[in-house]
Order: sequence, then structure tokens, then C-alpha cells
Amino acid sequence: MTTYTASISMSDPNAEHYLLAPHERASPVKPREKATNVKFDRDHRETIGEYTSASARIRCRNVDVFYGEKPAVQDINLDIGNNQVIALIGPSGCGKSTFLRCLNRMNDTIQDCRVTGDISMDGKPIYGQDVDVVPLRAQVGMVFQKPNPFPKSIFENVAYGPRIHGLVNAKSELEEIVEKSLRRAGLWDEVKDRLAQPGTGLSGGQQQRLCIARTIAVNPEVILMDEPCSALDPIATAKIEQLIDELRELYTIVIVTHSMQQAARVSQRTAYFHLGHLIEVGETAQVFTHPQHQLTEDYITGRFG
Amino acid sequence: MEKSNLLMLIVLLGVAAYYRGTHRAESLIAKNGPRLHSLPGFYGYYMALWSTLPALLVMVFWQLGEGHVMTAGALAVLPEEMTKADASQISLLINDIRNAASESTYAQANPVIQAAADRYLQLGRQSNLLLTILSLCVSLVGALFAHRQIKPTFRARNQVEKVLTVSLVSCALLAILTTVGIVLSVLIESVRFFQMVPVTDFIFGLKWSPQIAMRSDQVGSSGAFGAIPLVTGTLLISLVAMIVAVPIGLLSAIYLSEYSGPRFRSTAKPLLEILAGIPTVVYGFFAALVVAPFIRDLGTSVGLDVSSESALAAGLVMGIMIIPFVSSLSDDFINAVPQSLRDGAYALGATQSETIRQVVMPAALPGVVGGILLAVSRAIGETMIVVMAAGLSANLTFNPLAAVTTVTTQIVTLLVGDQEFDSPKTLAAFALGLVLFLLTLALNILALRIVRKYREQYE
Repeated sequence: MTTYTASISMSDPNAEHYLLAPHERASPVKPREKATNVKFDRDHRETIGEYTSASARIRCRNVDVFYGEKPAVQDINLDIGNNQVIALIGPSGCGKSTFLRCLNRMNDTIQDCRVTGDISMDGKPIYGQDVDVVPLRAQVGMVFQKPNPFPKSIFENVAYGPRIHGLVNAKSELEEIVEKSLRRAGLWDEVKDRLAQPGTGLSGGQQQRLCIARTIAVNPEVILMDEPCSALDPIATAKIEQLIDELRELYTIVIVTHSMQQAARVSQRTAYFHLGHLIEVGETAQVFTHPQHQLTEDYITGRFG
Repeated sequence: MEKSNLLMLIVLLGVAAYYRGTHRAESLIAKNGPRLHSLPGFYGYYMALWSTLPALLVMVFWQLGEGHVMTAGALAVLPEEMTKADASQISLLINDIRNAASESTYAQANPVIQAAADRYLQLGRQSNLLLTILSLCVSLVGALFAHRQIKPTFRARNQVEKVLTVSLVSCALLAILTTVGIVLSVLIESVRFFQMVPVTDFIFGLKWSPQIAMRSDQVGSSGAFGAIPLVTGTLLISLVAMIVAVPIGLLSAIYLSEYSGPRFRSTAKPLLEILAGIPTVVYGFFAALVVAPFIRDLGTSVGLDVSSESALAAGLVMGIMIIPFVSSLSDDFINAVPQSLRDGAYALGATQSETIRQVVMPAALPGVVGGILLAVSRAIGETMIVVMAAGLSANLTFNPLAAVTTVTTQIVTLLVGDQEFDSPKTLAAFALGLVLFLLTLALNILALRIVRKYREQYE
């Protein structure tokens, strides 16, 4: 891969302090592992770890995103594997959400936002000139940070997607899709008697599951989740996390989260972003227990962020 | 002393009191250390308020009573047989006296009136002197009282802020009372009208012909005061206006808020709002001199009989006038729909037009409807355009090509010209004003309720 320095340069006055990271003191690592756990110093900006995936659905190469002249995300290389959950973590403003919104071209709705580089889904570039975003977004669904049900009934919220894509012909078919989606989102039992009531009247956790049901009603293949639990209490969060785990069997999921516990619980792979750079990516267990980059370790041990 | 000079003097005293109070508070701080309840300035304000407000109140009440005392004194000089006349002649007399006193061109008055005028002037001078002494005393006593109250424990800030609160409340009350006063005066005159013309005739009458005979044997002496033709005329023109304004306004709002770039929007929106700044009289002659003849010629060329003043012409121009109301309010409400709803729709693969039609507009609809209702009440109350372009004939018709008249037009024509003020013809204007007021009030209340309901939706 790339060159790296074996340790922090000794010109750094705080070097000794950095070398003694809190988790090293708290739980001593076995000497053999410690030897392989090489740190890359904080100035290192190239991605550490295996960013490719054998079963890649989405392949991103050299992706840059600019807001006007300001670069928000720089030189991202990342594969999103099939039927797995990948978590994007990092401090606020590091470009996780911006990157996430590239994957279904939601950035198109933002003025002055420019995306360069290659992103392809199943081998087809999604930023090509002749690509229609409508089927792309049906294929790559998205759940947002704040629950955003439409000011319509619960039924209409879920039925909206199938309707605009002409997925159904008969009303019975539509009802079937709505029920199936609500069941899969774990909301059916709570709302089956009040499908005609407005979706905005549900609690925050229910609204978020309604939004997930709305997303899976159009039968996507990839689901992007932008901090889906940040506005929810722990019980609602637990329900959503369990749901993500179940959905993994059918869908590929990319989740942005600020909660490292959540990333550890739901994801198989984790990517750590820092100031617009993808710093480190790897198996979740490996990233959390043996981060190879100093910045990753700083973040997951709570030194900042 | 002249009253304006006196006023200025009292204000000066107030300024002096402010400095005195502030200085006193500062000297207390110098003596006791900084243990005053309020900042020194508040003690100054407190003293200034005490030295000006009571004195100003005295001046106001004096002004209210002074006139009566002066005229009564002047009348007392006159011989008894002159003052035993009825009220209207007395008021004429008083006028004469005042004219003589102000030494106008009417100066060659008879000696009796001249004597009364002298007395009047003398009383005025005495009154001014008394007022000067009294108000200055009140001012000084007030200042002294406030000065004695200044102690470290005295809560000057609370007192000053109480006065401020009272003055804010009285400003609000003034606005409300003015409205109430206008409504009451319209109501009282309307009641006088309804004593002459039955309410049912007015509300349900189909004929409007406000002729009142000067002599009882005059031809056409029977007036008819049925408001229905006027109300239908108003509604017809408003309907035409809304048919023009709602689609254009709404669609331009959708374009501006959803499709156009920020640069175009920042230029186009103010340009559109200029329409609202054009004086309605300009719209009026535009309607009467350009649009109405154009419509008539167009009608004749296709074989239609169009009157030269038509509801269509007035309504079209009025519609153009209220486009900015509809578009600006709709634009605000469309923008108020959270971006997250749009994102939600886009993320499901909805196109831009699907998102706008099926998600944004339903969410903004209550607000948009409220905005449209406000525009309707504006259209109903509009006067100048219809006076110039709609005509004066009170036809009960729904044909937009015919001349109709509106409530506002009739109010104008009823009150312009020589009329006795207690004839039904004049008083009918007040009844029409009441109808108009109730109509727009109902629409405004409806609109505000809808708008308020909308506001709660996303909170």
C-alpha cells in the first residue's frame, strides 16, 4: 500500500503521552498483537485498511465532493459489500453524510454541490450523463436523521413510493405491500388499527420506523441511513437496531452514526472519516479493538469527537 | 405664557430633573459605596417622569376644560335676549365671538359681540397665566417628591419600567380603541339608516336605486335600497380577479420557490412585488382607458355585446394587482415546508414535479388558502379600480361582460356631492360600509384561523 511512519516522530513534544493511549493502560494488549498494531501518525491521510470488498454492490473511486469551491470530501475509495451493514463514523463535519448522499445522488438537490470521481453500482456509473436518478433512488433508498413522514395518513405514507413508481395495479396489491412493509419495519402491530390517521401523529420512534417502511415499500436494494437514531430514545433505538440487523439479510445498508456502540452492534464493516478524508476502514471488530491509525484510536477512545 | 413655550419649559425641567436625579444617585454611591438598588440613570428617569407627567396631565385637562369656561364667560357679557336662543344660534354666536377675537377680516362686528370677544380674550390670558403657574408648580412639586424618595433602597428601576409598561399598553389600547370607534360610528349611522329603511329591504332587496326626492311630488321619488346587486357585483369582480390572480400567483410562487435559481429569484421576487406598490388609481385608469376598450373591441369583433365598462375589465386589472399578494404569501408558505419532506420524497425516487404536487403543495395548502383568502378580502375592499372601470349601474347579473357596480363604488358615489347628511341616501353608505366590514372581517378571521392551524402542523 502506502508508506507510513512506524511511530510518531520524536520531534512531537507530546509523543510519549500519545503513545500511552488510555485503552492501552486500561486493558493491556498481548505483546504479540501489540507488535502488529502499528500506528499511523495523525498527519497520515491515505486510507488504511481493506477498502475493497469481494461482493461489492457500490464501488467508489477517487470521490471528491465540493460545496462551491470548498472541498467537503476528498479522494474517497470504498466498496459497499452486498448484504452487509457498513457504518460510517467520525466527528461532526467530517463528510460522512455528504458521502452518504452521493450514493443515491441526493446531493443533486443542493445548490453548488459538485461530485467528481467514479461511483458505480453493479458496474454501472451512477453519475453518468444518461443516468436517470428516479430509478436509482428507487434502488438506493434513504432514511434521514430526523423522521420526516409526509403529512398524509400512515397508509398513504407507505403507499406513496409504490404508487409513483407504478409498482401496483390493484388496491389489494397496494394494501399487501403496505402491510408487508410495515410488518418488516416492525410497526404493523402498533398501527394496523389506525392506518388512516396522519403519520405525523406517531411517536418519534414510530415515525422513524414508518420512514423505514416507506423506504422498503419501493423494494430497494441498498438502504442509506443518516443517523437514523439520533432523535430517538434508547428503547426506540434498540428497536431500530434490531430492525437493521434483520434487514441486512435482504438489503445492503450504509449507516452514518455518531454512536460508536451502535456502529459496533449493527455493522460488519466500519469506515472512519476525518475532516473529509476516509482514514481507516476494516472489519468492525478489528477497527474498534485494534485501530491502526492514531486518529481512529483517538476517536474511538473518546479523546475527541 | 404660550402653551407651546410652556410645554418646552416643562420638557426642559424634565431634562434638568433627569440630571439632578442621576447626580443625586451618584453622590449616594460615592457616600455609601455601590449599594444602590438601580443604576443611577433610573433614578434620573424616575425624577424626570415625576416632574413632567403630572404637569402634562394638568395641561391636557386644562386644555379640555378651558374652551367651555371661556365661551361661557364671553356669553355672560352678552345681553340676555341674545343668549336665550336655541343651540344652533348659540354656536353661531360663539363662532362670531371667536372670529372677532382672532381679529380676522370679519373685524367690523357690532359692539356687543366685540365686548364679548374682549372678555373672551381676557379670559384666555388669565387662563394661560393660571395654567403656567399651576403646571410649573406641579412639575416642581413632582420633582421634589421624587428627589426626596431617592434612597439606596428605593427601587427606581421597577417604578420606571412600570411606567414604560403602562405607556406600551396605552399605545396598544389606542390602536384598538380607534378600531372600535370606527366600527361604532359606522354601526350607529347604520342603525339610523335602518330606522328609515327596513333591514330586510336592505339585505334582501334586489333593486338598488338610491334616489331621494327633494320635493314630495318629484318624479322618481321612490328610492330602493336593496344591497344584493352591489354584493353580487362585488363578488363577480372579485371572482374574476381571483381567477386571474390565483393561478398566476400560485404558479409563479411554485416556480420561484422550487425551480428558479437563487439569482433569478432574488431579482424576480422584488419585481413581482413592485406590482403591489403601484397606486391603485394608476391601475384604475389603466383598466378604464386601456383594458376596458380593448375588451369591448375584442367582443365586438367576435360579435359579442360588451359594455364599455365591464366587470371583466375591472376584474382582470384587479387580478393583476393582487398577484403579488397571492404569490408572495404562497411563496413564503411553500418555503416553510421543511426541506426534509422534499428529501423524503426525492429519496423515494419521486421527480421534482411529483414532489411538488403530491408532497409540498398538500403540506403548504392550508397556508396558501389562507393567503388567497387575505387576497380576496383585499379584492372586495378595493375601490379605485372599480370606481373607474366597473361602472355605476347596479345590474343584478352574473355576466362579466356587463357593467356592474360594487359596494365600494356606491359608497364613493353616495358620499360625493351635495347631500343632506341625514337622508337615507347618505346614511346608506354607512350601512354598505358595515356590510363590507363584516364581509372582510369574516374572510380575515377565516384566513387567520387556517394560517394558524397550518403553523402548528410541523411543530
